[in-house]
Amino acid sequence: MSLILDHVNYIYGGDTALAVHALKDINLVIPDGQFIGLIGHTGSGKSTLVQHLNGLIKPTSGSIYYNGEDIHAQDYDKKKLRSKVGLVFQYPEHQLFEIDVFKDVCFGPKNLGLSRQETELRAYAALKQVGLEDEYFYQSPFDLSGGQKRRVAIAGVLAMKPEILILDEPTAGLDPKGRDEILDQIAQLKEETGITVILVSHSMEDVAKYVERIIVMNQGSILYDDVPREVFKHYKELEQVGLAAPQVTYIMQALAGRGIPVRTDVTTIEEARQEICSKFLQK
Amino acid sequence: MIRDITLGQYYQADSVIHKLDPRVKLTATLGFIISLFVVQSWIGYVAAAVFLAVVIKLSKVPFGYMVKGMKAIVFILMITVVFNLFLTPGEPLVTLWKLTITKEGARTAAMMAVRLSFLIVGSSVMTLTTTPNSLTDGLEKLMRPLKIFKVPVHEVAMMMSIALRFIPILLEETDKIMKAQIARGADFESGNLIKKARAMVPLLVPLFISAFRRANDLAMAMEARCYRGGENRTKMKPLQYKGRDRIAYGVLFAYFAGCVLIRVYL
Amino acid sequence: MGIIKTDKLVFEYIRRDEEGNVEGITRAVDEVDLDVKQGDFIAILGHNGSGKSTLAKHINAILYPTEGTVWVDGMDTQDESRLWDIRQEAGMVFQNPDNQIIGQVVEEDVGFGPENMGVPTKEIWERVEESLKAVGMYEYRKHSPNKLSGGQKQRVSIAGVIAMHPKCIILDEPTAMLDPNGRKEVVRAVRALNDVEGITIVLITHYMEEIIHADMVFVMDKGHIAMEGTPREIFSRVEELKELRLDVPQVTLLAYELKQSGMDLPDGILTIEELTEALAAKYEVM
Repeated sequence: MSLILDHVNYIYGGDTALAVHALKDINLVIPDGQFIGLIGHTGSGKSTLVQHLNGLIKPTSGSIYYNGEDIHAQDYDKKKLRSKVGLVFQYPEHQLFEIDVFKDVCFGPKNLGLSRQETELRAYAALKQVGLEDEYFYQSPFDLSGGQKRRVAIAGVLAMKPEILILDEPTAGLDPKGRDEILDQIAQLKEETGITVILVSHSMEDVAKYVERIIVMNQGSILYDDVPREVFKHYKELEQVGLAAPQVTYIMQALAGRGIPVRTDVTTIEEARQEICSKFLQK
Repeated sequence: MIRDITLGQYYQADSVIHKLDPRVKLTATLGFIISLFVVQSWIGYVAAAVFLAVVIKLSKVPFGYMVKGMKAIVFILMITVVFNLFLTPGEPLVTLWKLTITKEGARTAAMMAVRLSFLIVGSSVMTLTTTPNSLTDGLEKLMRPLKIFKVPVHEVAMMMSIALRFIPILLEETDKIMKAQIARGADFESGNLIKKARAMVPLLVPLFISAFRRANDLAMAMEARCYRGGENRTKMKPLQYKGRDRIAYGVLFAYFAGCVLIRVYL
Repeated sequence: MGIIKTDKLVFEYIRRDEEGNVEGITRAVDEVDLDVKQGDFIAILGHNGSGKSTLAKHINAILYPTEGTVWVDGMDTQDESRLWDIRQEAGMVFQNPDNQIIGQVVEEDVGFGPENMGVPTKEIWERVEESLKAVGMYEYRKHSPNKLSGGQKQRVSIAGVIAMHPKCIILDEPTAMLDPNGRKEVVRAVRALNDVEGITIVLITHYMEEIIHADMVFVMDKGHIAMEGTPREIFSRVEELKELRLDVPQVTLLAYELKQSGMDLPDGILTIEELTEALAAKYEVM
């Protein structure tokens, strides 16, 4: 059970001089149950890449296999694929359209041709999974706050019971608390269901706390693909491509530079605190 | 998919036609279209063809590029020709099964075809050589006399230019919402007409909401920048006739007078 | 009196249900007193729905107070005869870069404000040139705004405001929809305007790292000002900020956590250098 990308290239703009090589020879294996951060600045190809994963965009060359089957084979059921690889777009609240929250979340499972009962059960479960209280279920989605709308939109994808959940910038435009709440909720969901989660972001600080693997994209290629602490070791190279390691990485580097023998590969505030305290206690 | 539609396809080039004042081009297009209906004889169409050929040559827009834009209307052209060919009464020329082509029919069909294609090529010369913005500017200035009849000329022109600015943004948005709904299992392609129409709801509702939100934001931004209608407004790029514009008007007048003379004497 | 002053500013709006019946009244801004000196760089922080955007729209006379008064450069915003003077003196930049650019070419958009004000053509061109240069977008003057990045679009919007020669600029979450690079571009441009041109800046944001250089910070919550002070003063109150749904830069947070663990560090550390200095000094004497 996995998603495999084999030498995927994507070029748009045809044969003209304006052709853009948006993805260059991407090879990836996404095994079950991983929590992955996909990082890159605007235009690095990360959004194009995720749209390949559920078959919205067909690669110019190369293949994509889901559970061993080529998703662009003649008789492959794309609709089923899209229910298994759930993609939540950036600003997903812009796709809400039904008269109430519950109906909107039903849209996905209904499209899968499920029975009414199954559809409603799934919608209910999905809304619970994103932590929306019952009192909002029959309100118009347009009356909710920004953070709540986004939860509803995420539930709309979760209701299809995907095995892989991809979220494109799920925290864009939210305030810090709203951002933390959404990310915590996703982490909890991951914990409870064991679903594979791919978090697309341009903020290292946001994902460092949660993910076990970071894929860094730059100009359509994969620059790094490793555990966070290994990726952040390249903080100088990351800066050159318009990204930055979390601030805590720089703090530890600066401290080491001043002769305090701290480890420089910590990724979170808590780790940093422990590391600094232990060095001070030793002395 | 949807982004392939191009509107007001402006062709960037450095030519004398590009540099002409938009008012000249608007008037000329209108004059040219009228001239096509003024002339009735072949010699008149030859004159129109020569005029058009010279303008195209001067505009530096490749002829192939211009013809490419015509593909869409070939169908309409065919229908017009076929209708005229078979449905005009008169002296029979050829009889095919139950359909008769008359001498008059053949003549009208040929004339319609020539008129229509000249008309389309003629107006596309204008849109190809004038940016949408200067086109709206030109329209606003030309229509100014209509203000006496309480026609909100400035407002109409402003609406046109805002529409032109937001078309690409809304097309992109349509594409995005469509993809998002497809990711939720929506199907925009299969089924009969009614099913297809119903499938559009998840696309159209968000699109309308977004358009209204944008309109609201834009209105606020415009007010914040002191926009208060056309009164006492100055122009960054005011339209001013230059020497070449006067010459163009002269040429246009000569051509039009020629067409009238052909009509009267030939 | 400063360039912007509010006195017990209250803004209420009526909520209606689908049938149009009044459901209740929301007090979005609640007795806010603000006094901004000419040339200051002030920041207003607050979570979504704290009333900060509503407050901002009062300064540009887009909204009018329910109670209390707002003065811009001594002009009462409720004085209709001064409306256009107020909007010219207090320029406004909004959140969504796409929804505030009117022109189809960058330079035409920047000229939009001066055109509305009736500035003579020759002067419009001068203003457009200097404004685009001030935000570093001059070489893009002939471009279509649709082809620009988010950060570039916001800089064009800022240029559009500068071309009106305002005394102050209010930026309502100008970076909320941008990526980190775009955010840096915009903040850099705004700081330059304040430093070089001396334009008063009111920056509304929820990104903490953008306000480190502000002269004064106001934190809003439930329509009123919950905290005010210099960035250093504000950042030393980590617990309160957390309660107000805001966060602090990682370096400030780490310093705070270290203090909680019993380390003796100064309050309100804002930069990596400050923290390293403080820790290194302690480490040497131990």
